[in-house]
Amino acid sequence: MHPAPSVIVFSVLSGAGFGLLFYFGFGFAHPSGLMAFLWWGLGYSLAVIGLLASTFHLGNPKRAWRAFTQWRTSWLSREAWASVAALVLLAPMALSDWLDLGLPRPFGWLGGALALLTVFTTSMIYTQIKAVPRWHHWLTPVMFLSFALAGGAVLAGQSFAAVFLAALVVMLLAIWQVGDGQFARRAQTLGTATGLDRIGDVTVFEQAHTAGNYLLREMIFVVGRKHAQKLRAIALALAAVIPAGLLAISGEVWAFALAAICHLIGALAARWLFFAEAEHVVGLFYGKR
Amino acid sequence: MTSLPVSTEKRLGLAIDLDTCVGCQACVTACKGWNDQGYGVPLSDQNPYGAEPSGVFLNRVHSYAVQPIDGAAQTINFPRSCLHCEDAPCVTVCPTGASYKRSEDGIVLVNEDACIGCGLCAWACPYGAREMDAAAGVMKKCTLCVDRIYNENLPEEDREPACVRGCPTGARHFGDFADPDSKVSRLSAARGGYALMPDLGTKPVNRYLPPRKKDVRQDASILAPLLDIKASGFAGWLDRVLGKI
Amino acid sequence: MTVQPKIDTSPPVSDEIRKTTCYMCACRCGINVHLKEGRVSYIEGNRDHPINKGVLCAKGASGIMQVTAPSRLRAPLRRVGPRGSGAFEEISWDEALALAVSWMKPLRETAPEKLAFFTGRDQSQSFTGWWAQAFGTPNYAAHGGFCSVNMAAGGIYTIGGAFWEFGAPDWERTKLFVLFGVAEDHDSNPIKIGLGKLKERGARVIGVNPIRTGYNAVADDWLGITPGTDGLLILSLIHCLLAAGKVDLEYLARYTNAPLLVVEDGPEKGLIAKNAESQPFVIDRRTGAPAPWDGKGVQPDLGASYQGNRTVFQHMAEKYLAGEYAPEAVAARCGIAADRIRALAAELAHVAFDQAIEIKQSWTDFRGDFHETMPGRPVSFHAMRGISAHSNGFQTARALHLLQIVLGTVEVPGGYRLKPPYPKPMEAHPTPHFVTAPGKPLSGPHLGYVRGPENLALKEDGSPVRIDKAFTWENPFSAHGLMHMLIPNAHAGDPYRIDTLFLYMANMAWNSSMNSAKVMEMLTDKTPDGEYVIPRIIYSDAYASEMVAYADLILPDTTYLERHDCISLLDRPISEPDAAGDSIRWPVVEPDRDVRPFQSVLLDLGARLGLAPMVKEDGTPKYKDYADYIVNHIRRPGVGPLIGFRGDGTAEGRGDANPDQLARYIENGGFYQAHVPEEGAFYKPWNMAYQDWAVKTSFYESPQPYLFSIWSEPMRKFQMAAEGLGPIQPPDHLRARLKQAMEPLPIWYPPFGDLEATGWGYPIHAITQRPMDMYHSWGSQNAWLRQIRGTNFLYLPTKIWVEQGFVEGDYARVISPNGGITVPVAHMAALNEHTVWTWNAIGKRKGAWALDAGASEATTGFLLNHLISELLPDKGDGARLSNSDPVTGQAAWFDLRVRIERVGAKTQSEPSFAPIPRVVPQGGERA
Ligand SMILES: Nc1nc2c(c(=O)[nH]1)N[C@H]1C(S)=C(S)[C@@H](COP(=O)(O)OP(=O)(O)OC[C@H]3O[C@@H](n4cnc5c(=O)[nH]c(N)nc54)[C@H](O)[C@@H]3O)O[C@H]1N2
Ligand SMILES: Nc1nc2c(c(=O)[nH]1)N[C@H]1C(S)=C(S)[C@@H](COP(=O)(O)OP(=O)(O)OC[C@H]3O[C@@H](n4cnc5c(=O)[nH]c(N)nc54)[C@H](O)[C@@H]3O)O[C@H]1N2
Ligand code: SF4
Ligand code: SF4
Ligand code: SF4
Ligand code: SF4
Ligand code: SF4
Ligand SMILES: [Mo]
Repeated sequence: MHPAPSVIVFSVLSGAGFGLLFYFGFGFAHPSGLMAFLWWGLGYSLAVIGLLASTFHLGNPKRAWRAFTQWRTSWLSREAWASVAALVLLAPMALSDWLDLGLPRPFGWLGGALALLTVFTTSMIYTQIKAVPRWHHWLTPVMFLSFALAGGAVLAGQSFAAVFLAALVVMLLAIWQVGDGQFARRAQTLGTATGLDRIGDVTVFEQAHTAGNYLLREMIFVVGRKHAQKLRAIALALAAVIPAGLLAISGEVWAFALAAICHLIGALAARWLFFAEAEHVVGLFYGKR
Repeated sequence: MTSLPVSTEKRLGLAIDLDTCVGCQACVTACKGWNDQGYGVPLSDQNPYGAEPSGVFLNRVHSYAVQPIDGAAQTINFPRSCLHCEDAPCVTVCPTGASYKRSEDGIVLVNEDACIGCGLCAWACPYGAREMDAAAGVMKKCTLCVDRIYNENLPEEDREPACVRGCPTGARHFGDFADPDSKVSRLSAARGGYALMPDLGTKPVNRYLPPRKKDVRQDASILAPLLDIKASGFAGWLDRVLGKI
Repeated sequence: MTVQPKIDTSPPVSDEIRKTTCYMCACRCGINVHLKEGRVSYIEGNRDHPINKGVLCAKGASGIMQVTAPSRLRAPLRRVGPRGSGAFEEISWDEALALAVSWMKPLRETAPEKLAFFTGRDQSQSFTGWWAQAFGTPNYAAHGGFCSVNMAAGGIYTIGGAFWEFGAPDWERTKLFVLFGVAEDHDSNPIKIGLGKLKERGARVIGVNPIRTGYNAVADDWLGITPGTDGLLILSLIHCLLAAGKVDLEYLARYTNAPLLVVEDGPEKGLIAKNAESQPFVIDRRTGAPAPWDGKGVQPDLGASYQGNRTVFQHMAEKYLAGEYAPEAVAARCGIAADRIRALAAELAHVAFDQAIEIKQSWTDFRGDFHETMPGRPVSFHAMRGISAHSNGFQTARALHLLQIVLGTVEVPGGYRLKPPYPKPMEAHPTPHFVTAPGKPLSGPHLGYVRGPENLALKEDGSPVRIDKAFTWENPFSAHGLMHMLIPNAHAGDPYRIDTLFLYMANMAWNSSMNSAKVMEMLTDKTPDGEYVIPRIIYSDAYASEMVAYADLILPDTTYLERHDCISLLDRPISEPDAAGDSIRWPVVEPDRDVRPFQSVLLDLGARLGLAPMVKEDGTPKYKDYADYIVNHIRRPGVGPLIGFRGDGTAEGRGDANPDQLARYIENGGFYQAHVPEEGAFYKPWNMAYQDWAVKTSFYESPQPYLFSIWSEPMRKFQMAAEGLGPIQPPDHLRARLKQAMEPLPIWYPPFGDLEATGWGYPIHAITQRPMDMYHSWGSQNAWLRQIRGTNFLYLPTKIWVEQGFVEGDYARVISPNGGITVPVAHMAALNEHTVWTWNAIGKRKGAWALDAGASEATTGFLLNHLISELLPDKGDGARLSNSDPVTGQAAWFDLRVRIERVGAKTQSEPSFAPIPRVVPQGGERA
C-alpha cells in the first residue's frame, strides 16, 4: 500500500495524542494550571493535527462532514464519532485541570475510554480490509493500541512507560512475524485470483496498461526487502528500544522528552512500514504483491 | 446507505467469456468513452500527452500466460471490472454512504456528490475495481452502465452496457443472475462460470466463463493412407483415387 | 439506513447522431457519432452496418481522442530551414497550391515520371490513381507493396480473389477454421465477430502462428510454426490428403484447371494445351475425347492423358506425393512434429468429407448444368501477413489456396467465400499501364495483373519504367507497386532520378520504411552541388508525424469526421459475401483549423494543372470538391464511385449520377448494400445467377466464369523465359531466381533472409505483430490508447530467456546483418522457440505526435525497422535487389534474422534519435 505521508502522520500523531488523553482521562497524570494547559494542549494538538492531516488525503475534504453518517457500518465513520466524542467529553476534565475547577476524575473516564476507542476504531479501518492480509488480523488493533498506550505513557511521563515500551518491542516483532506470513497463509496467488489456476501456472504476459494508474500508485507499492529489514531495525530501535533504555537510565523530564521524540520518529518509521509492506491482493492481477 | 440491502430483486451483472476474449481492449475504450460523458464526472486523464500519463478507466484487460502441466503455454486475456458483489466490502467501509448497492438490481454505485474521496472503498475491494479520479477527487467505478440499461432515450436493443454492446467477439454478456433462465445464468451454468476469489466472502455477481480445454488433437488414424504409394507406384495411386469418383 | 439516492437512469444521450464511417484503420466500420452542442461527445458502432454490426474496436471507440488530438496539423506549411530541421512557416492555401503547381507543372510538360505520387493506407486509390493517370506519371502506387500484395496477387492468380479483406469464412456454417499468420488484419471487426460466432457454436479454431496471442490465444489448438515455413507445412498437409485420397475430386474436376492438359514438350512446354480456337480443353470422361472446358454436361477427366500431355491434376499429385513433402521430412524445419501435421491433415479431411453439409438451394453453373443443392465442406481458412510478408509469401499464399481447393472448400457453404466484386479472375483485371508522354495522361491505369513477360513495364533498353521497379524481372507480378523501394531508388537514382516526391498518408520517415534511419538520411542527403538528392517533397498528413519534418510542403488534411470520403467498389469496398457494399464519410463536424480534405485539394491541384478530366471545356474546375466528384464522376458509362441510389435514386450499380446520392447515403446510415441473390450466394465463379447479378451490378460487362488456377500459366511463361524460351528474356543474374520462384505449381523455398543469414550467425527470427488497440504510428497520439500501450518489449521465448539468463527489466542487444538495436525484453512462453517479436510501430521519434520528448514511446519504445534492410545483400554482381518477394515485390518484413545478446538493465532504447523539432506544440491537457 502506498505509504501516504498524511495517513502516516495522522495515525501516529493522533494515536499518541489519544494515548496521552487516555492517561489524562483516567488521571494517571493530573497536571494543573499552565502545565495542564500545555500538557493537555499537547494531547489535543496531536489528536487534532492528526485528524486534520487525515483530511489531506481526501479527494474532497470539503465534504468531510459526511464521514459522520455511516457509524453503523463504517469504521472510519465510527472513528470520526469516537474521536469527536472523546475530544468533547474530555474537554471538561481538561478545563478543570487547567482552571483548577476540581471536577472529580471519574468525569474523565468516559472520555479516556473513548480516546482509546478512537485508536481502536482507527486500527479497525485497516484490520477490516480483507484484501490486505498483512492488516487483517487481531494483532493490528493490538499494535495500534500498544503504540497509543506506550507513546501516551511516555508523553504522560509515566514511570511504567519503559515497561510498555519493552512490550512494544515484543509486539512489533510479533506483528512483523505474523504479518510476513499473512499473504502466504491466504494462499492467494495470481492463479487463484484469476481462477486460471484450474488450467496451469499463471504469470503475467502483459500488463493491462503501460501507463500508471490509481491502483498501481495506491495499492501496489513494492518495497525492497533489504530496505524493509533496515527500516524495521530503525523503527524498533527508535520507537521502543532506545526510549525504553533512556527511561531505564533516567526518570528526568529531559529523558522523557527525548524518549518521546525518539519514540514518535520510530513510530513514524514503523507506520511507514505498516503501509509500505502491506500487500493488497489486487497486486496479484498485476503480477506484483 | 452504507448498509447492504439484505437481498436485491435482481442481480445484474456480466458473464465474461475467457474462451472468446481476444484481448482487443475494445471494452476498455468503449467504457471510457461512454462514462467520460455519462454517469458522474468525466473520467479524467492526467498528463495525457506527457511522459507519465495516467487516467481513470473502469474496465481493464489483462493478459496472462498460463502453463499447463503438459502441453504448450497459453495466453489468456482477462477483463477486470466491478463484479457488483453481493457482500460488497467497498460499500460497508464507506464512511459517507456514497458507496451503495442498489436494492432493486444490486448495482454497486458511488454517489459522487457524497464521496469524500477517502479511498477506503478502493482498499476494501479485492478486485481493483475502483479508481479515484484525480481531477474531481471522487471515486469512480463501473456503474454497470446504469444510465444505459434503463435509458428510455436509447433504443431497446442498446439498453445494455457500453462494453457489452461494443465487444467485437461477443465475449461479454449482461443480464440478471437472479433469474435462472436469463442468458447469463444459462451460460454460466453450461460453461461452469466462476466467481473471483470466492474465499474473500464478497459473493461477486459477475461470472467468468473458463477457457475451453485447449490443444486437444484429432486422431490421425482417420487419415490412413489410401494405399501404399511405393508398392503400386503413382499410376496405381491414380487409379485407386480416381476410381472412387 | 439512509435512503438510496435517486438517480436519473434515463439521461438524454446526445443532441444528435450522425452516421458515418470509422477511419482508425482500414476496416471501415460504421459509426454513430453523437454530438452535444455541436461537439463530438460519444462514438459507438452502427448496428445496421454490414461490417461491424454495432461493435467497435478499441481504436474506433476512442476516435474522439483522434479528432481532438493536439498533434493535428493546423495550416499548410512551407519548409524554411534545412530539410529535417523542422523549420516551417505557415502559408495560405493559395500559396501552398500555387507552390505545388509551380513544381508540378513543368514536370508534367517535360517529364511526368519525375513526379512520383505514392499513397499510404487511404481508401481512395481509385481516385488517387485516376489523378496520377491524368497527370501522366507512371510512378504511382499505394501501400500494398509493403503491405500484403502477396496475399492479393497469390489469391487473384489462383482463385480470382484473395484473403486480405476480400473474402471471409462462412462464419455461420464453418466447423473448422484455420488461421495462418494473422494478428489483426484489415477485417478487424468482422474477424472478431466471426470468431465470436464460432465460439458461440463451439466450432473449432486452429491458429498457425509463431506467437500465441489475440486470435491465436483463443484458438483451440495452436501450431507455433517457425516463421517462413508455412508453405512447407501446407504442402505437407496436401501430401497427406493426397496420399490418403482425401481430396475433392468432383470439385477439382469441375471448378479448377486440374483437368486441363499441360504441354509435355516443345516450345510450349508447361503451358496449358489449347485447341484450334486457342481455348483450353478437357477430356470428357463420358467420351474419352476432348471437350470444351465449359461445355454443357462435360465431365472433365482428371486422370486423362492426351497426345502425351497429362492433366494438371497428375502433375500436381505427382509433385506433392513426393517424399520431400512427407510430414517427417518437413517437421524439423517447420518446428511442428510430424504427428501433429498428420493430425491436422486428418482433422481437415474429417470435417471436410465426413461432416459435409448441404444447402437446399438449386443453381445453374456456367456449363448450363443444373444443381439441386449446394454441397459444402465446412472447413475454412484465413491468412494474412504472417505468410505474405516473407520472400516466399506469394507461393505460400498459392499453396494455401491450393489446400483449400483440394478440400473443395472455396466458395462453398462452410468454406471460404469471396466478397463482391470478387471473384474476379486475373484475366478480368487490367494489365499494368506505364506509357508516358509529356503533357499527356498515362495510357491507362497503373496497376494491373501481368499475364506474361510482354506486360512488363520495361523500357526498350530493358530498364524499369517505374521508379519502384514494379513489373520488372525482379518482381513481375508487383500488382501493388513497391512503395518501400520508392525512396531508396529515388535516392540511388536507380533506375533514374526524380524531381518531386508526392506522398499522402504514409509515415515513410519512420515505421513504414525498412531501414528507417537510413531512409531519414536519404531524405536529407544532398548532391555535391548542394541540391537535395530528392529535390522536392510534398506531403499530406493530418497529424504531426515523423514524416512531416522531412517535407518541403505540407498539405494538412482534415480528420475523418471532417470530410467526405468514398469507400468504393472501384477500390476497397465494404462488401460481405452476401452483398456488395460501399460507403461514405461526410463532415459530421467542421474543422476548426485551416486544413482541407486532401482529395479536394487533389482535385483543385488537378484543375490548376489543367488535367483533362478535372477541368471543363472552358478550363474551369470540373468538380467543386471531392463530394462533387463522388457524385458526378463517371468511370464507365453508368458506373461511378458509388453503386447505391443512382439515377432517379432507385438504380443500383449502374445509372446516371444522382445529385441526391450523398444525402441518400447519409439517410441510409452512410452506406449502401446490393444483395447477392440467394441462388448466387455460393459457387460464385461458376454460378450464372451470381454472374448475371455481377454484370447487372457493374463489376464486369459480361459474365466471367473461370477455373481456379492450380497450374499458373502466367508464372510458367516467366519460368520459360528464365529457361531461355521466348522472345523476351530476363537478365542472366535473375534467371535462377525466376526459375525457382515462377514455378507454376505452388512450391516452397526458404525465405531469402534464411538463406543469407543462417550461415552468418543470425539464428533467430524477429517479427512484429499489429496490436489490436493501436494503428501503426497514429495510435500513440490518442490519449486513451497510449495509456494502454505506451511502450513495447521484445518478447523472448523461454529457450533464449533461460539460456542467456535474462531477468525482468533487462535489455538486449539485437543484431541483424543490417545493424543493431538495444531494447527492453520480456519473457513469453507461448512462442516459437526460434522467434522473438514485438508490437509494431509503438516506438516513436522524440518530438513527434505532440508528445512529451520523455514519453515512453520515444524512450523505451522501439522499432524493429532499423534492423531490416530494404535491399538483399549484394551477391557481388552489383545488383540492388530489393528485400522482397521475387514474384510480387512484397516487402519481406518477416524474413528478418537476428542474434540476441543480454545487456542488463537500461532506461532508454537505442538507437535514440535527436528530437525532431515540433510543427505543433506539445500536447497539454485533454480536450
Ligand atoms: N517492422 C515492421 N514495419 C512495418 C510493418 C510490419 O509489419 N513490421 N508493416 C508495414 C505495413 S503492412 C504497413 S501498411 C505500413 C504502414 O505504415 P504507414 O502507412 O506509414 O502507417 P501509419 O503509421 O499509419 O502512417 C500513416 C500516416 O498517415 C497519417 N494520417 C492519419 N490519418 C490521416 C488522414 O486522415 N489524412 C492524412 N493525409 N494522413 C493521415 C498519419 O498521421 C501517419 O503519418 O507499415 C509497414 N511497416
Ligand atoms: N489494430 C490494428 N489493425 C490493423 C493494423 C494496425 O496497425 N493495427 N494495420 C493494418 C494493416 S496495414 C495490415 S497490413 C493488417 C495486417 O494484419 P495482420 O496480417 O494480422 O498483420 P501482422 O500483425 O503483421 O500479423 C502478422 C501475424 O503473422 C505472424 N507471423 C509472422 N511470421 C509468420 C510466419 O512465417 N508464419 C505464420 N503462420 N505466422 C507468422 C505474426 O506472429 C502475426 O501474428 O492489419 C491492418 N489492421
Ligand atoms: S472487447 Fe471483448 S474481446 Fe475485446 S478485450 Fe473486451 S471482452 Fe475481450
Ligand atoms: S468488485 Fe469491488 S467495487 Fe465492485 S462490488 Fe465488489 S468489492 Fe465493490
Ligand atoms: S472514496 Fe468515496 S465512495 Fe469510497 S469510501 Fe470514501 S467516501 Fe466512500
Ligand atoms: S458495464 Fe459500463 S461502466 Fe461497467 S465496465 Fe462495462 S462499460 Fe464500463
Ligand atoms: S476496426 Fe476499429 S478502427 Fe478499424 S474501422 Fe473498425 S472500429 Fe474503426
Ligand atoms: Mo499494411
